[in-house]
Amino acid sequence: MLIKISKSSDIKENEVTPESIYLNRRELLRGMGFLGAGALLAGASTNAKADWFSKDEVTKFKTKPLEYKPDPNSDKLVLTPERKVITHNNYYEFGSQKHQPAELSQEFKVNPWQLTISGECDKPVTLDYDDLYTILPLEEHIRRLRCVEAWSMVIPWVGFSLASLLKRAQPSTRAKYVLFETLHDPKQMPGQSDRRLGGGIDYPYVEGLRLDEAMNPLTLLSVGLYGKTLPPQNGAPIRLVVPWKYGFKSIKSIVSIKFVEHKPLTTWGKLAPKEYGFYANVNPEHDHPRWSQASERRITSGGLFARNRIDTLPFNGYGEDVAHLYKDMNLRKNF
Amino acid sequence: MLSFSHRVNMIIFSIKSKVLLVKLIIHLSALLPLFNLYYLAFNDLLGADPVERVIHFTGIGAFNLLLLTLLITPVAKTFKQGFLMKVRRLLGLYAFSYALCHVLNFLAFDLQFAWGLFFNEIIERPYITIGMLAFVLLSALAVTSYQSIKNHMGKKWQTLHNFSYLIILLVAVHFYWSVKSELLSPLFYLSLTILLLLFRRKKLKALISSLFR
Repeated sequence: MLIKISKSSDIKENEVTPESIYLNRRELLRGMGFLGAGALLAGASTNAKADWFSKDEVTKFKTKPLEYKPDPNSDKLVLTPERKVITHNNYYEFGSQKHQPAELSQEFKVNPWQLTISGECDKPVTLDYDDLYTILPLEEHIRRLRCVEAWSMVIPWVGFSLASLLKRAQPSTRAKYVLFETLHDPKQMPGQSDRRLGGGIDYPYVEGLRLDEAMNPLTLLSVGLYGKTLPPQNGAPIRLVVPWKYGFKSIKSIVSIKFVEHKPLTTWGKLAPKEYGFYANVNPEHDHPRWSQASERRITSGGLFARNRIDTLPFNGYGEDVAHLYKDMNLRKNF
Repeated sequence: MLSFSHRVNMIIFSIKSKVLLVKLIIHLSALLPLFNLYYLAFNDLLGADPVERVIHFTGIGAFNLLLLTLLITPVAKTFKQGFLMKVRRLLGLYAFSYALCHVLNFLAFDLQFAWGLFFNEIIERPYITIGMLAFVLLSALAVTSYQSIKNHMGKKWQTLHNFSYLIILLVAVHFYWSVKSELLSPLFYLSLTILLLLFRRKKLKALISSLFR
């Protein structure tokens, strides 16, 4: 007899959207072509958006198909449509409104690229653009992404575990934390040169993890989504994915990974330490001053009437894999 | 015989027509963006998260309309365009309509009628508390905007409608407090608000000193 023990992270059957919608996404986009003229009349929409509706492809940047081991999606997670994943981004380097990164990042140059892994380790590593896709076998990982602003998505990332790369650098015993840094290039990233566009945060963007968090198999370095290389607005060419933490921990367009001894100061932690903690684990019981974290809106398909408010799970539903990392900690204090 | 253009001029520049024309412009420029917004949002054509978009659009729209409403008196006085006073109520009512959409969007599309969460958010998030206070006050102004009620209320009407100055200040703070980090636009709006209130500094001084008498 087969006994199925459902994990708390499993997604219920009723949260599944029909596959036909996913498979027909191109048809849907094409069907939206009729809107081209209408969108031009609309005062609220920008030229860029009007363009998207009249074209087959959503954005201009060319992504490339990747070879990877697919995720069987045994939990039957409903994916957020690709169009939404690549047009709804918090990436202040390309504008602080969520539609801006897709519009302002299309000229971004990802090749050549250099990612260095350095600091408290025996064998520092430097990766060039091509290495990102060849250094380790690529796997697809379908993961929930929970934003601190109380919305969430389900995204099929392509990449490899951060641990597998970090181990190659052989961290020393002094390595207690891992510090990540985004590219600083104000010429290419308008948000870094224009305070209004960039939301007034400090650049370059920095994030950090405790070494054991970084070494957890759930922590990914992603180089692609939906089977193709990442578009710039999602953090091309390489980004972090920490699915049990709020989205701002998952730093984009990384140029440096450093092993350090002391807990680093992170970008949002510096800006508003009472609002954004270092750990930032998804926790329905600890509210952000501006948002209740008890529930979230899952962005899938459907317009205004999508009934998509769901309860938020501790550790974003990945507690079985990560709760042990925090067993002796007060998570209200260490939010 | 009058020439065609002469007759056109006579029609356009009679006060009544001027009021009608301005009202028509207000109706169109307030309603068309709203129809467009909801058409796109209902059909999932408004970006990845139409909910956030409709909330922001109607919120900032309500603020714009409030500012315009409060701009009428100084402009009418400075440029001696008394007819403008006749469109002030309409602008104020559209400001209320946008604010109503803003609140309903939050309740219906964001919280999806989770009433417990709705009341909780009003109590626990200061920026929502003052936003809601502004909305309640604005509603009181809207329902008392009928001429018959105005006549009936006498002097109390003006006292009540002086709350518009408090409302716009609350709205400015609500906006400032609601953003995560980009403070320039809320600060710009706050300075516009203060500028409009400065036009009325004598009246405001009198109002404030009457409070402490």
